[in-house]
Formats: sequence, C-alpha cells, structure tokens
Amino acid sequence: MARIIAGISSSHVPAIGAAIDNGKTQEPYWQRVFAGFEKSKEWMAKAKPDVAIGIYNDHASAFSVEMIPTFALGCAAEFPPADEGWGPRPVPVVKGHPELAAHIAQSVILDEFDLTIVNKMEVDHGLTVPLNLVFGSPKEWPCPVIPLAVNVVQYPPPTGHRCFMLGKAIRKAVESFPQDLRVVVFGTGGMSHQISGPRAGLINSKFDKAFLDNLTKNPKKLTRISHLEFMREAGAEGIEMVMWLVMRGAIDDDAEEVYRFYTVPASNTAVGHIILENRQRRAVKRTVTRKTRRKAPAKARRAAARVKTPVRRSK
Amino acid sequence: MAVDQHDYDDIPGTFVFDAERSRRGYHLNMFCMSLMKEENRSAFKANEAAYLDKFPLTAEQREAVLKRDYNRMLELGGNIYFTAKLGATDGHSFQHMAAVMTSSTQEDYAKMMLAGGRPIEGNRSKSGTDKRAKSKRKSKSKARSKAGSKRG
Repeated sequence: MARIIAGISSSHVPAIGAAIDNGKTQEPYWQRVFAGFEKSKEWMAKAKPDVAIGIYNDHASAFSVEMIPTFALGCAAEFPPADEGWGPRPVPVVKGHPELAAHIAQSVILDEFDLTIVNKMEVDHGLTVPLNLVFGSPKEWPCPVIPLAVNVVQYPPPTGHRCFMLGKAIRKAVESFPQDLRVVVFGTGGMSHQISGPRAGLINSKFDKAFLDNLTKNPKKLTRISHLEFMREAGAEGIEMVMWLVMRGAIDDDAEEVYRFYTVPASNTAVGHIILENRQRRAVKRTVTRKTRRKAPAKARRAAARVKTPVRRSK
Repeated sequence: MAVDQHDYDDIPGTFVFDAERSRRGYHLNMFCMSLMKEENRSAFKANEAAYLDKFPLTAEQREAVLKRDYNRMLELGGNIYFTAKLGATDGHSFQHMAAVMTSSTQEDYAKMMLAGGRPIEGNRSKSGTDKRAKSKRKSKSKARSKAGSKRG
C-alpha cells in the first residue's frame, strides 16, 4: 500500500531559480536563502521518497487566460520545463507517475473533487524551484513527481478549506493504491508577497510566522482564513498559501514539525519553508531521542493514573 | 454599466484580477502571452502600433501598453504574470516594473525589500477603519466602549 510520509512546503520565487541557473547561489544575498535549505536536502536524502506530489501554480506558462482550471492534475509520463521567456530552465524533465496519477484522479473525482486531467503540460518555476531547493541540481530528479496545478492567478482561487479537504481526498487515494510507495507532498508558493500595483513589495512577517505556527499545530484555523484576509494581510499574490493547505490536508493531523526556515526577502517575496513528518512509520529514522516526546494516548494516561492512586493513599 | 462592489476593493494599491477584469483584459493578456515567442517579440519591437493592431484592445488598453503604464494595464484587466512578459520583452527586470508600479526608483525599491519590504501597518485598508481581520470584533467593541465613556 502506498502511504504519505511527509509534507513539505516552500516558496517558489522565480528569482531563486534564476540564481541557481546563473550560478549566483554563493553570493551573500542568495547564500542567506540557500543556507536555509541545506538541512532539508539532508532530510530528503534520508527520506528517499518514491514519489512526490507537487502542488503548485502555473504563471501564464502552460495555461494562459484561454483555460483556467481550478485544479489540474498532471497524469502524463513527463512534463518538460516551460519556456518562461528566457528559454526553458536548465533543469531535468519532470517524470510523472501516470499509474498513481490516474488512480488519484479516479479516486478524488469520485470523492467529489472535479479535477481537470492534463495529459500534456509544461511546468514552470512554480514546480521546479521547490524541487531544486530540496533535491539540489541533479541530472535527473530522484523520484517521479505528479504535478497538481492550482489556479491562484484569477480570483477566486479555491478556498483554503477546499484545498485542505482535497489534501484529505488525495491521501485517501494514495492509501488505496496497491503498490508499496512512500510519497511526499509539496505545497508551494507564498509566503507574503505582492508583486502587482502600487502596494507591491508588501511583506507581513507576523502573518507568515503565525501561519507557520498554525500549519503545524492548528491547521483547521488556517482553513478559515478568508480570501480577503489573505490578500489584505499577505498581499494579492500571498493568496498562493492556500496551496500549502492541500499539503497539510494530505498528512496526519498531528504531524511533527522537523524543520522550518523563514527569511525576507528573496527578490519581492518572503521565503518560508517547513517539513512536517507523519509520526507513524517515520520518513527519517531518529538516531537521538527527541526532547519533545509525544504525549501518551489519553487511555494510557488514565490507566497510569489509576495505578499510581493506591500508592499515594498508602503513604 | 453595473459593476459589482467587492470587499477586496478596500485593499489599497491593489487591482484584484477577478472574473470581471479577466473578461475585460482577455485580449490584453493574450497580447502579452504572444510575447513568449521570439518572432513576436521582434515584430512587436519593430513596430509596436502595427503589432498591437492584431489584438482587439480598447483604446485605453492600447495607450497603457504603449506608455508602459503597468498600473493602468492592471486596472484595465491585465494580470501581472502576463504584463511581466511585456517588461521582459523590454529587457527589464521585475524590480524595474515594481519600481514603476510603486512610483519609486529601482534602487529605493530594492532597498525597501532588503529592509523587510513594505510594512503592513498603514497598508491594510483604504477606508482606514478596517483593523486586522482577526481583531475586528474586539476593536469595534473597544471603539464602542470609548464612545460610551465619552458620552458618560
């Protein structure tokens, strides 16, 4: 049986891709950004997922205004990098997982999420920049990636709650796939940024940090953020963060935060990144006991209390 | 012509690319999209006016393109990911466009970003009455109680 082992979120700033492609990663400005992903690369090298599902948005590359699908699932065998105006990024072709993708499409549509199925699609920086950040720049991506493009370009994008529920439906689909696969889900985009109009340059670190906190501890609260609040507080383009909620819905409610990084700015954007690991059958085995050991289940705690009680009485 | 009023119209300095703007800006955005191809970029650069004749733009949209008035393009239905292709055709970085849209110099804009970006304080609302959404109820009740104490 396939299962989801972890969720990863990361901004997908195009300038990060340009810095990689133009060999600028060692410049102090960019070093600050890339240093924050060193631990993630180590984590990823240990986690070794068999498949990744990449929740991202297209930026007028594969989809113009001719067609604007709300959720478009890439079911093809491969997805070439798009020419975004400077020639395609020099990154590997993204290899899909058509069998799992077809299974997800079927399961999720019967779960009442009316996906668009895409059998031919180029992918832009929205998907490939996060892959670079956690996989580096290999000749081939280390695992197949199923792209799920979400419309966040034309208002309204799907609500955060809808995204969260889609994540749950994706999880159900993955868990009913007969092959034994370890799957990670990427939520990309954000964090706060506005790149359009006279308010361009907006950053709201307080909002972003609260979002990261709640992403771990209280994701349901995030599903209640209205589009108005996203745009007002995190910028017109900050609304991309609804895509992180697809990832969050796909993993355990009590998933453990194993890593977080936040920095301002990368070009026009606040960069946020988080890794949330499911606790059952962990993605990466622990070598050191963590301080924050999980609370025992309520039933076990009550049983322990019952045992202690008579001892106290005898004193 | 009746145009719907939206809650997000209150966000300052922001043109939300909604269904109405998308409808009005369809040809403007498709013009920008055409600049993804090198031969179209060359044709546009050689004769901007003649190239624009191929697209049924409104007079205002056409003028905004020729003047590179990026805010006006957004207002008239352009979307930033599309208009960015026009900026790229001109050989400008995104920060150049951001500086134009924010009536700033590229240098000042870049400095603002390095210093943490445009602050949210003072940039939430046109009407100025809207506090952070979460504390809305609280601030309203505070305002009411203040008003009450004044009367008392």
